[in-house]
Amino acid sequence: MAEILPQPKMPPASDLFEQAEQGHSLWQDAWHRLRKNHMAVIGGIFILIMGIASFFGPMMVEHGYQEQNLELRETPPSADHLLGTDKLGRDLLARVLYGGRISLTVGLVATAVSLTIGVLYGTVSGYCGGKTDAVMMRLVDILYALPFTIFVILLMVFFGRDIRLMFVAIGAVEWLTMARIVRGQVLSLRQQEFIEACIALGLPMWKIILRHLAPNVLGPVIVYSTLTIPAVMLLEAFLSFLGLGVQEPMCSWGSLIKEGAEIMEEAPWLLLFPGSLFAATLFSLNFLGDGLRDALDPRASKD
Amino acid sequence: MTDQSATPFLDIQGLKTHFPVEKGIFFRKTVATVKAVDGVDLQLRQGEILGLVGESGCGKSTLGRTMLQLLEPTEGSVKLEGRELVGLSGSELRAARKDFQMIFQDPYASLNPRMTVYDTLAEAILAHKSVHKSKLPEKVAELMNKVGLSPRFIKKYPHEFSGGQRQRIAIARALAVEPKFLVADEAVSALDVSIQAQIINLLANLSREMNLTLIFISHDLSVVKHIADRIAVMYLGRIVEFGPAETLFDDPLHPYTRALVSAVPVPDPDRERERQRILLPGDPPSPLNPPKGCTFHPRCPYAVEACKASFPAWSHQGNRQVACIRLDALD
Repeated sequence: MAEILPQPKMPPASDLFEQAEQGHSLWQDAWHRLRKNHMAVIGGIFILIMGIASFFGPMMVEHGYQEQNLELRETPPSADHLLGTDKLGRDLLARVLYGGRISLTVGLVATAVSLTIGVLYGTVSGYCGGKTDAVMMRLVDILYALPFTIFVILLMVFFGRDIRLMFVAIGAVEWLTMARIVRGQVLSLRQQEFIEACIALGLPMWKIILRHLAPNVLGPVIVYSTLTIPAVMLLEAFLSFLGLGVQEPMCSWGSLIKEGAEIMEEAPWLLLFPGSLFAATLFSLNFLGDGLRDALDPRASKD
Repeated sequence: MTDQSATPFLDIQGLKTHFPVEKGIFFRKTVATVKAVDGVDLQLRQGEILGLVGESGCGKSTLGRTMLQLLEPTEGSVKLEGRELVGLSGSELRAARKDFQMIFQDPYASLNPRMTVYDTLAEAILAHKSVHKSKLPEKVAELMNKVGLSPRFIKKYPHEFSGGQRQRIAIARALAVEPKFLVADEAVSALDVSIQAQIINLLANLSREMNLTLIFISHDLSVVKHIADRIAVMYLGRIVEFGPAETLFDDPLHPYTRALVSAVPVPDPDRERERQRILLPGDPPSPLNPPKGCTFHPRCPYAVEACKASFPAWSHQGNRQVACIRLDALD
């Protein structure tokens, strides 16, 4: 039986890496697929612009977000106030940018909180398996059964309307799904032969988790995180709309929409601008999340 | 290769692996036991290739994994060069693992898809010894050459290789720790027939060159016949016949081995037409509830009342062992 593969002479070790053919990692492949998805790219660029605008914008706009001018109440967009003013004569552009900062921060921080808890909880539950897994997942089931909006409202009512508390409250509710996703991934990865091969090699557990489990769980986690951000922002807007969110004079897109909705017949721009920006951001995040899912899906990578 | 030295290279005694079947959500009760491996004795010499055959679900893979302590045995002992492996503590076992490795069935699942060949092999090399960073590429290239892969592919990822190439990478990973004992669990059954031959020859050559003891698990008798020095036939968690490959094929003793050997097609149309096939009635019984006595008796054409009493003791026939009490009755 002849060997089909050629057996070339071994080059010196120093040249090995230069002569080696470059491989394509799954991350690189995913990045190429993502770049071909126009909606996801447009979404990503829009989010980037929104992020930069809301974090640096409030410093650029000449009016402060809490600067009142009672003579210029509810004025339509003009050269001085590009997006008009609200019922207290505050510049809407400054407030929309500032509100974007709060909304995006809530989205990011609450997602980070849910990510941390969810990934840790899910990995432990999936890796340990057996009784530990059963108990940990039943706890998640019980928490799932709680009407979580009411839970957040109760927290807000009891502990006061502190924005930091809102981060924690929303994060504490959103981690449940993350924990389930991660646990499922870890469970299926544990059955894979390459994890068994690591055990057979005698690698320590932390190496297996860090080098072999974590990178393979990362894909779905990234996708779900991008889809959690808009969900969290929507939840924050909903709470603000109920008057349980951020406190005056601070504002978020949710509270701006609420204020705008109250006087939408006299001053429609107060609803229109924050509303459309909020909607566009949510759309962008969802398109980006969908694009990432398509790009990172291992089934799609086979063809 | 020493013949029957005082301590065999690999000595397995009374190995059992049982899986409890549990029911209930909160208070789990064991309602039954799957006896996947149910009392296996096996002695191997260093450097020999053992073919482990049997039909699906007879416990071949479980036996392989239990030998390597990837599954915890319920009972019994596994001694490698006289050293007991069962019951080693976590860190002792991890250190001991450098002597025995496994090659898995599915080369698409046995490599981490996010690591390059270099990372995979370097990690394996560093698992049990420290190699200076500048020496590492050389070592990796050496391994790749050994399994017939060009070191040009060092930076590639598993999904950029064919099944046969991946299996070569998996073999290289197993060899990285310089083991003495290797279990190949259906290592070629996921590959094309033409690639199968390459991988089998590679394993046979490596075993010869490195004096590597190899257990080759397969359900494909013709593959095993080609590579193995000795063959063990498994049925429902037990070994029923054990002997040199040639004689076991030419003159099978156990009724189950006879049926198995008669099922192998002959690559000669004339002889193939004359081939007498022994058809076994029924399906293999469930390991949840194995038959009493000789586990083969419900399907055995030669079974008598005595077969139901107890599992037959080993009888030595020259250099072979067989577990059957009806040998005299068989022609």
